[in-house]
Amino acid sequence: MNTEKTEKFQSVLYLNGVTKSFDGFKAINNLSLDVSPGELRAIIGPNGAGKSTMMDIITGKTKPDKGEVRFKDNIDLTRHDEADIANMGIGRKFQKPTVIDSLTVWDNLDLALAGNRGIWQTLVFKLSSNQCERIEEIISLIGLSEKTEALAKNLSHGQKQWLEIGMLIIQEPEVLLVDEPAGGMTDYETMETAKLLKDIAKNHSVIVVEHDMDFVRALDCTVTVLHEGSVLAEGSLEKVSADPRVIEVYLGR
Amino acid sequence: MNLLQQTFIYKALQNDIFGRYVLSFVIIIGTVIPLLNVFAPEGSMFDITTFTMTLMGKILCFAILALALDLVWGYCGILSLGHGAFFSLGGYAMGMYLMRQIGDRGVYGNPELPDFMVFLNWDALPWYWYGFDSFGFALLMVFLAPGILAFVFGWMAFRSRVTGVYFSIITQALTFALMQAFFMNKLGFGGNNGLTDFKDILGFNIQSDETRSVLVFTAALVLCITYFVCKYIVSSKFGKVLVSIRDAESRTRFLGYRVEHYKLLVFTFSAIVAGVAGAIYVPLVGAANPSEFSPINSIGIVIWVALGGRGTLYGAIIGALVIGYAKSYFTTSFPDLWLYILGGLFVLTTMYLPEGIAGRLEQLRQKRNGSKNDPSTPAKNAELEVAK
Amino acid sequence: MKIIKSLTIIVLAFSFASFARANNFEQAVQGLLENSNKKKAAAVEQLAKVDDPRSLPTLKAMLDAKLYYKKDDKSLVIITDLEEGATVHNLMSQSDESISDKRAVSKVRINNKLRRLLRSSIAVLELSSGDMAIRLESAKNLAKNPSADMRDVLIIALEKESSSKIAGFLSLSLGLIDLENEDPAVRRKAVDYLSGSVEPQAIGALKALTAKDKDGNYLEQDKELAAYAAKVFKRVDTKMQLFKTSENMLFGLSLGSVLLLAAIGLAITFGVMGVINMAHGEMIMLGAYTTFTVQQLMPELIGASLFVAIPVAFIVAAAVGVLMERLIIRHLYGRPLDTLLATFGVSLILQQAIRQIYGANSVSVISPPWISGLWEVNGALALTYNRIYILLFAMLVLGLLALLLKKTLVGLQMRAVTQNRPMANSMGIRAGWVDAMTFGLGSGIAGIAGVALSQIASVSPNLGQTYIVDSFMVVVFGGVGNIMGTFIGAMTLGVINKFLEPQVGAVIGKIIVLVFIILFIQWRPRGLFALKGRFVED
Repeated sequence: MNTEKTEKFQSVLYLNGVTKSFDGFKAINNLSLDVSPGELRAIIGPNGAGKSTMMDIITGKTKPDKGEVRFKDNIDLTRHDEADIANMGIGRKFQKPTVIDSLTVWDNLDLALAGNRGIWQTLVFKLSSNQCERIEEIISLIGLSEKTEALAKNLSHGQKQWLEIGMLIIQEPEVLLVDEPAGGMTDYETMETAKLLKDIAKNHSVIVVEHDMDFVRALDCTVTVLHEGSVLAEGSLEKVSADPRVIEVYLGR
Repeated sequence: MNLLQQTFIYKALQNDIFGRYVLSFVIIIGTVIPLLNVFAPEGSMFDITTFTMTLMGKILCFAILALALDLVWGYCGILSLGHGAFFSLGGYAMGMYLMRQIGDRGVYGNPELPDFMVFLNWDALPWYWYGFDSFGFALLMVFLAPGILAFVFGWMAFRSRVTGVYFSIITQALTFALMQAFFMNKLGFGGNNGLTDFKDILGFNIQSDETRSVLVFTAALVLCITYFVCKYIVSSKFGKVLVSIRDAESRTRFLGYRVEHYKLLVFTFSAIVAGVAGAIYVPLVGAANPSEFSPINSIGIVIWVALGGRGTLYGAIIGALVIGYAKSYFTTSFPDLWLYILGGLFVLTTMYLPEGIAGRLEQLRQKRNGSKNDPSTPAKNAELEVAK
Repeated sequence: MKIIKSLTIIVLAFSFASFARANNFEQAVQGLLENSNKKKAAAVEQLAKVDDPRSLPTLKAMLDAKLYYKKDDKSLVIITDLEEGATVHNLMSQSDESISDKRAVSKVRINNKLRRLLRSSIAVLELSSGDMAIRLESAKNLAKNPSADMRDVLIIALEKESSSKIAGFLSLSLGLIDLENEDPAVRRKAVDYLSGSVEPQAIGALKALTAKDKDGNYLEQDKELAAYAAKVFKRVDTKMQLFKTSENMLFGLSLGSVLLLAAIGLAITFGVMGVINMAHGEMIMLGAYTTFTVQQLMPELIGASLFVAIPVAFIVAAAVGVLMERLIIRHLYGRPLDTLLATFGVSLILQQAIRQIYGANSVSVISPPWISGLWEVNGALALTYNRIYILLFAMLVLGLLALLLKKTLVGLQMRAVTQNRPMANSMGIRAGWVDAMTFGLGSGIAGIAGVALSQIASVSPNLGQTYIVDSFMVVVFGGVGNIMGTFIGAMTLGVINKFLEPQVGAVIGKIIVLVFIILFIQWRPRGLFALKGRFVED
């Protein structure tokens, strides 16, 4: 969780030649990606470019057919399952906000709170005052102070997005995978989110998948363009926007 | 009362108004009815027949079973169609002890073998009957038999991420297979007839009103204890993880929780509770019958929980009490009608009362309390919100 | 003895030459009325040569001591019970008549010599018959109690026999006869004869030859023969195993086709809608009761009743299915566990309704004559016709269904909804309508399955319950949304079941299959032929 620790690695996430097909359809095709510690990276691409599948592969939900997926240089993520990977420090926010509907905002954050995930520990777990403060802090950060005891299912779409971002932060991962955080948010909220992510990126690695170009511009970081399961272009937003191939498959339409 | 009990039970019931009512009712059934049965003069208006008392005892056992199922289904979203089997396994373990207690008082008067083994011309006690002369060992098996089966089965199923209806139909197949096995003579559990003709339990005549009274009281006591244990589980962080698994299993994994471990623990615990219910049920009704394994019994438990209100502990008890009593009433008074009613309950509850009686009660309470509380309905149900 | 033997051979040679009607029947039988056994024997030989349908009954009656002649007109009659007023068959006038006086007839007496001659003559007549059934029957009868007198008859018949099944019986008889011989060469040949048959008798004889005492020595005096028999036995045993295996296989496939019929509708509804229909078994039951009702309505046309029952059962079950979908399941979309419970409720109601209309006990559905019977391939392999019909019927249903799914618009829409419901919806497919049709189709097929099952299982209100668990296992094993998976799943489980049954018994066999499935889903949680893809995962 601290900066010094992450800097020991050359790359925090390293994908090389990853391929995954579903019933003959290659969702990911020879994909390579290298994310440095503390880097903020935006990933864009048209629908079906393989963004979600890539996230699934990194977080252990889907096993690739072939290729390397490494975390902090030498941990082979393909050998671990979702829970392991989450506990190693890779957090994920889904495209469709996924919060625990029948729990309150507080309980959602309590669940996400960094700590031991063992069955016996949770049976006897009591929140310490520090942890309570931490939850309060996050709740005010995501602007849900009024809704602490509200059930998550009664939140608006935007509030759910915020709650999920809050859950991601309180989980204290080293790498954050954020899938379309700005969906369903107002312009103001979108900019706030961009600011928040940039803030987080100061001492974490953050990968953002997004469609909203204004949002990507606001992030002001390296952009990777995916197309048909592989990397089409990489570089600053200006550079990739000028790439004729990118214009052809994505921006031009 | 010691301090721990005072604090937890007090806290547990503080915000659980309906739970308080239901538990009070259970305690009344478990104490007043046995007392009246034993002490009220025969024929007086307070006299409770042994039949009624036994019925109440049976229903209390059902309520324990309902709590067990509610914990896995109502809270964790695992619809087990095998809890009837765990119940029966616990019952058979107790039944084996009761069989050994018969000694040489059986029809054949064989001191070594139960009647059915003599009848089948067996010359020695099978190894798996060893130890059941001891009540302590039998009690251990009441826990272990359903517990180990649930653990092994659950370990395989949850590890390979068998969920939803897949899990349900596999547990049903398990139950079905066990039923067929227990109907076989050569398995050594009495075949068709099961275990019966019990004489006494811990030296007390099993037929006597006094013994039955104690059994009914035990059922009520175990029900209360189970209630508080379940209450502790669901209000701990562990309970929140269970709800999280129910609502969004995949998300829970990404939060770093080992979903299969949680499922396995709660499933095994629940199976053990079901086994304990069976172990009280068998001496009460005087037989352990293989037909208890039939799949319809296991699905029957589900409707108790569904009608009472899944995801609320007191709801499960209400459901078991209401349907348990209704079944006894209709099967004696209008036997042809009962299956229509039960079938109708399945259809109507799922369609029009998905949150059960408990859900309705909570709604009423909120209406009365007006805007004082959060307008959201706290009643939790297994699937409504996770349209998958 | 010798004379008779050589005589027989001559007779045989002549009769197998089967020349045209040399003498007529009336002439030939005259000799039977004589007192001299020699003349009777000559008459018997004559009769065996006469190509007349009456010859065989006459010889048979004579052997059974039922042949008499009337003292007045010397005509031959067959009398089963000799008493006043009994009906007798006159072989001369070929008509039935009655006799008034017991003393008016006299028995055609025979001695042992004649008896032997009669037996071989009858065998000759039967074994040279053009009718295969008669030849088979005769060969079977001869094999039951083969006697050395028949040896020559058998050898000649075996040479001429074209059917391998009949030849099997003939060589069995020959083998058993020759085994009693003292000449080692003949006995060795006997072993060869025995190896040509797979009847239990032949296997038994070979086994007896190769039996050993506890020191491992052959009990048989002729050690060389025993060793040879052991070698032959090994070969025959392999053949037997093959037959046994193919029998198990066929039984397994037929059980598999029952499972297929029961499960395929379930696989469709589960595949397309993702819901478990617990009332599926009751749809099968409705189909079976429809068959019963149809038979009640047309009692004089039992032969055709099944052809009427199939469409009626489809319509009845499909209608109930569509009704269920529209009234209940539609409202529970996205809540598969609730759907499971609600449909279970429906199953209880349907069971109780049937119980009240038709009674709790099983009703008897009649099997039309063309469906019953046994097809005996040989001593080691026999199949009942209804099993074969069910196998064919299941294949037919599967084929039609595949065609429906592949070639029609409804099928295309169903597949679209199975694979990606939201996408199908957005492309303008009315998923609701497809659901109703799917449910109707799945239920209708269950109804048809009920018609088929009514022919092999007892039809009671619990019929559905007996098949539902197995059907689920097929679907879990085969995978969802793919009828190929259901087919392979059903057949595999059927075959496994039938191979396990003789070893461990039916119940343990079922439990082993269940454990197998539980272990199997460790490896493939979504079944053998699961749809893969991003959309299926959640």
